[in-house]
Amino acid sequence: MSNWPLLSLLIWIPVAGAILVLFCGNARPNAARWLSLLVTLIVLAVSALLLPNFDYTSGAMQFGEAHEWLPGIHSSYKLGADGISVALILLTTFTTVLVIAGAWEVIKDKVHQFMAAMLVLEGLMIGVFCAMDALLFYVFFEAMLIPMFIIIGIWGGPRRIYATLKFFIFTFFGAIFMLVALIYLYLKAGTFDLATLWSLHLSRPEQIWLFFAFLIAFAVKVPMVPVHTWLPDAHVEAPTGGSVILAAIMLKVGTYGFVRFSLPIVPDASQQLAWLVIALSLIAIIYIGYVALVQEDMKKLIAYSSIAHMGFVTLGLFVVFMLARGLNDPQTAQLGAQGAMVQMISHGLVSGAMFTCIGVMYDRLHTRLIKDYGGLAKVMPWFAAFMVLFAMANCGLPGTSGFVGEFMVILASFKANPWVSLAAAFTLIIGAAYTLWLIKRVIFGQIESEAVRTMPDINAREAFVLAAFAAAVLIVGVWPWPLTHLMDASVSHLVSQALATKVG
Amino acid sequence: MIVISETILLAIVLAPLAGALLAGLLRNQIGRAGASTVTILGVAVSCGLSCWVLYQLVWGGAPNFNADVYTWFTVGKLSLHVGFLVDRLTAMMLVVVTFVSLMVHIYTIGYMADDPGYQRFFSYIALFTFSMLMLVMANNFLQLFFGWEAVGLVSYLLIGFWFERPTATFAALKAFLVNRVGDFGFVLGIAAVLYGFGTLDYGSVFAQAGTLDGTTIEVIGGHPWSLATVICVLLFVGAMGKSAQVPLHVWLPDSMEGPTPISALIHAATMVTAGIFMVARMSPLFEHSETALSLVLIVGATTAFFTGLIGIVQNDIKRVIAYSTLSQLGYMCAALGASAYAAGVYHLMTHAFFKALLFLGAGSVIVAMHHEQDMRRMGGLRKYMPITYITMWIGSLALAGAPGFAGFFSKDAIIEAIGESHRTGHLYAYICVLAGVFVTALYSFRLLYMTFHGKERFTVVGHGQGRTHAKTTSDEPHHAHHPGELEHPPHESPWVITVPLILLAIPSVVIGWPTVAPMLYGGWFGSSIHVAQANDVLGELAREFHGPLAMFAQGFVSPPFWIALAGFAVATYVYLFNPKIAEQCERILLPVYRALVRKYWFDELYYNLFARGGVKLGRAFWKGGDGALLDGVMVDGSAAFVARSAQIVRRLQTGYLYSYAFAMIVGLILLLGGFWYWGLH
Repeated sequence: MSNWPLLSLLIWIPVAGAILVLFCGNARPNAARWLSLLVTLIVLAVSALLLPNFDYTSGAMQFGEAHEWLPGIHSSYKLGADGISVALILLTTFTTVLVIAGAWEVIKDKVHQFMAAMLVLEGLMIGVFCAMDALLFYVFFEAMLIPMFIIIGIWGGPRRIYATLKFFIFTFFGAIFMLVALIYLYLKAGTFDLATLWSLHLSRPEQIWLFFAFLIAFAVKVPMVPVHTWLPDAHVEAPTGGSVILAAIMLKVGTYGFVRFSLPIVPDASQQLAWLVIALSLIAIIYIGYVALVQEDMKKLIAYSSIAHMGFVTLGLFVVFMLARGLNDPQTAQLGAQGAMVQMISHGLVSGAMFTCIGVMYDRLHTRLIKDYGGLAKVMPWFAAFMVLFAMANCGLPGTSGFVGEFMVILASFKANPWVSLAAAFTLIIGAAYTLWLIKRVIFGQIESEAVRTMPDINAREAFVLAAFAAAVLIVGVWPWPLTHLMDASVSHLVSQALATKVG
Repeated sequence: MIVISETILLAIVLAPLAGALLAGLLRNQIGRAGASTVTILGVAVSCGLSCWVLYQLVWGGAPNFNADVYTWFTVGKLSLHVGFLVDRLTAMMLVVVTFVSLMVHIYTIGYMADDPGYQRFFSYIALFTFSMLMLVMANNFLQLFFGWEAVGLVSYLLIGFWFERPTATFAALKAFLVNRVGDFGFVLGIAAVLYGFGTLDYGSVFAQAGTLDGTTIEVIGGHPWSLATVICVLLFVGAMGKSAQVPLHVWLPDSMEGPTPISALIHAATMVTAGIFMVARMSPLFEHSETALSLVLIVGATTAFFTGLIGIVQNDIKRVIAYSTLSQLGYMCAALGASAYAAGVYHLMTHAFFKALLFLGAGSVIVAMHHEQDMRRMGGLRKYMPITYITMWIGSLALAGAPGFAGFFSKDAIIEAIGESHRTGHLYAYICVLAGVFVTALYSFRLLYMTFHGKERFTVVGHGQGRTHAKTTSDEPHHAHHPGELEHPPHESPWVITVPLILLAIPSVVIGWPTVAPMLYGGWFGSSIHVAQANDVLGELAREFHGPLAMFAQGFVSPPFWIALAGFAVATYVYLFNPKIAEQCERILLPVYRALVRKYWFDELYYNLFARGGVKLGRAFWKGGDGALLDGVMVDGSAAFVARSAQIVRRLQTGYLYSYAFAMIVGLILLLGGFWYWGLH
């Protein structure tokens, strides 16, 4: 079994499945649903096979595959996964199953096409997380936009055209810079092989130019302030499933890009400009926290909350440089980087769950405005219990996954600079404020409208989806060891990459 | 010799959790009786085992337990664990928490009998017990923080238990956010501990505490601060939130929106004392920072006096007790600040009994009055409910520090310890705590007189007046009848309510006698609490201590007794014999009275500054930053720029052949002209 091309299977089973689903046609929506669910379950099972075959002691890329692809430009179909990749792949396969289950009756129109788009998206996202060739990464990175563009553009809300254009142009604009950077690197190294690029010698000015190119590309994706404004619009217009995938996984592609490109390829420029990323991260945490506080649309609120939470990921990644090089403390640096990685996984679970919750409400009342709700605890007690749990995870309560990563990053950044830690810890207050104020207005209080009074509680399918998210959130919160164990060697390797200077 | 095993400790923690999960998740299957049975069973198991653990530690000669249960995470060389530390301090907390919790569970059967959220309530309070036990049994800062936040969560859920009441959900949100301000400091304190010691395990941290002396941290460049002070002040900010010390006290009075049993359990006996417990637990660190201890002393003393004053002007029976709780927490805190940790923790224990008693007694009154809480509509209740009346008197005597009662031993020790202390601010603190004694007696007896004595200020309108039945539909308790009118005459509560009252009244009377000598002066806490030789005020006092009987006799000639007696006399005169005086005082001291009624304007200040200010700031950021600047100028602006330029450039593409021909000719001329010009030079 260890000889199986597991990663290729993970990428191409969903894509092949998508073609089969398309054959179901518009007339047989149920066949499309069940087939998609089956495909995602198979993919989930295959991704679970990664774990027993994974060497936890090694930070190197595993499950390697390499095939000729574009020999003319020395680019090959090369795959590999370390602990970080495996964690993100598992997050992807897990979330996709829940998205398919969550979209079951919600999508009524062109079901087979929706499901096929989701499956293609899954394959491409997995491709991003295990591409070991820069060009291959770029292809997956860009191709991913297409199914998401379609999902928002066809099944989205009334302003979906504005939102899709904004989404597409922003990310495409960013990606162009990455392409330029990759071409420069290719000209210099003569290959797109990532491992070669990691060890490529680059002067400081070269690194700085490349750093900014990567920063623009990935900052848009994360998204970081000030290039974040596409996200709230995209979320508001996206169907629930699209929002869940967008928040849970696509945003992680941005931070994953930092992990695979910025930190290892241009470590000295990253060191020099870490302050910039840290400043932007802190702005994301505080400024965006305040913006989230006053949102009237639930999806926008959670979208802004996502930006703030992703700020912890970028903060944890770049505080590494203050610690590892500035203070010569790789141990604490590793804590920061690990915190960033855990936060990626946790945010995937929590934001996915929150968007699912909003979807559940939207399916019943067809509005996302906070003021249209109130008193749901009375009519939907089970739903309310789940929503409060995820809200608590969103404000980083210990015992939920939301706490683990934030805690690690706060602990690590205190050593780098107490003020950075102080600003980051402000999320404890502002995060609780916007999340629990939302809960107060939506879940608690008196029922004001007749429409709310007749809202039915979650059905078995919705309960299954929410319970799966809840289980994951609680397990990671109560016992994060398996997750950190999975990524520990890889994070250690990442810190050593960031530590290795390429100049002088 | 018996060794305390991990299994026993796990059972103590997990039994209430199991009860909570069963009552919460299977609430429809097991029903109301099932929910109360499983949770009470869980807490009873926990209580029994806690008593056994205490017994084994104190009399059985068992060694302290300190071991990890499982590894939470490992990053590089850093491992964080979940584990238990059970020494005498923890064991005492275990018994107090589980005993009061058990009493409250039983009491709840009666108090919440008609509430539709019965199972949910039992699930919450059992979950609370689990969280609190995790907090006190932690052997590291991570688990401490877990328990710390988990009790905050359950407190949030319970304050907002009647979630249809806007005041309740508001109070819940307020409590959570104010606590989060404290936690903000607390988590930074934990980060500072990791920074200073490289570990979060109590054992290793305390073992290295000696290295704190002389260690500095430059938080502001060029200003080295003592690391011990930074750590302790940050940790204490957490304690200020949880234990409701000024200026983070504002959430506790509002928390009275929750059902009364939780006011007794969470907001009097256990959760709010977590901050006191934590500081006592961290005594090996605090002893290294004179500055931090001074802060603790001053904050505690301020809280003790000034929040007590507010209690005098409250008319809601629960709010009087809530302000009393604030004040008593201030006493405990001031004791910690004087390095009299044992006295603070000792007062925590005695206070847990008599304050839980007072809250549950108030609840009994509230039930009898058909969910009326305003004391101006009570009076003369003693003849209707003798058991509640007597136990409330016992509780109040204990609270006011009448010699011989539980509160006497602990509070006198605190006052004397502060008098002995020479820490910065000790004189201010001493005056505050002494004046606080007068205040305590005044509001305690005012409450008793207004509730149980004097004329009845309510009317019984009799049966069958066609009104909705006033019995507790807890969702709308205040609308079922007119203020001051009762359908039935008040009557004594059922046994599930009175038995816990009696069981709590017993320790409120007697617990001081056997415990004062060992716990306060006998070094009972052993290694749990560390006091530097120079700071040991209790050690000083121990030399003058000649047994509880002597202390009792001494009590009658000590200043606090006479001050309390003055308070008692004033309360008796004003509220029993001459109520007009109170009104006259209000008029004469109008500015003071107004300041007290408005609670020194803390709420208004915070609400306007932080809540409304935060929303204003958010709106400015959203509309100005994201909306106008980023989207307006950058995104849509650049899109508009492209569109505008395209508009202009598009004009060139006219589609007429002569335009293109003209353009070609102009281009050719320019090109040739250029060549000619530059070619010449």
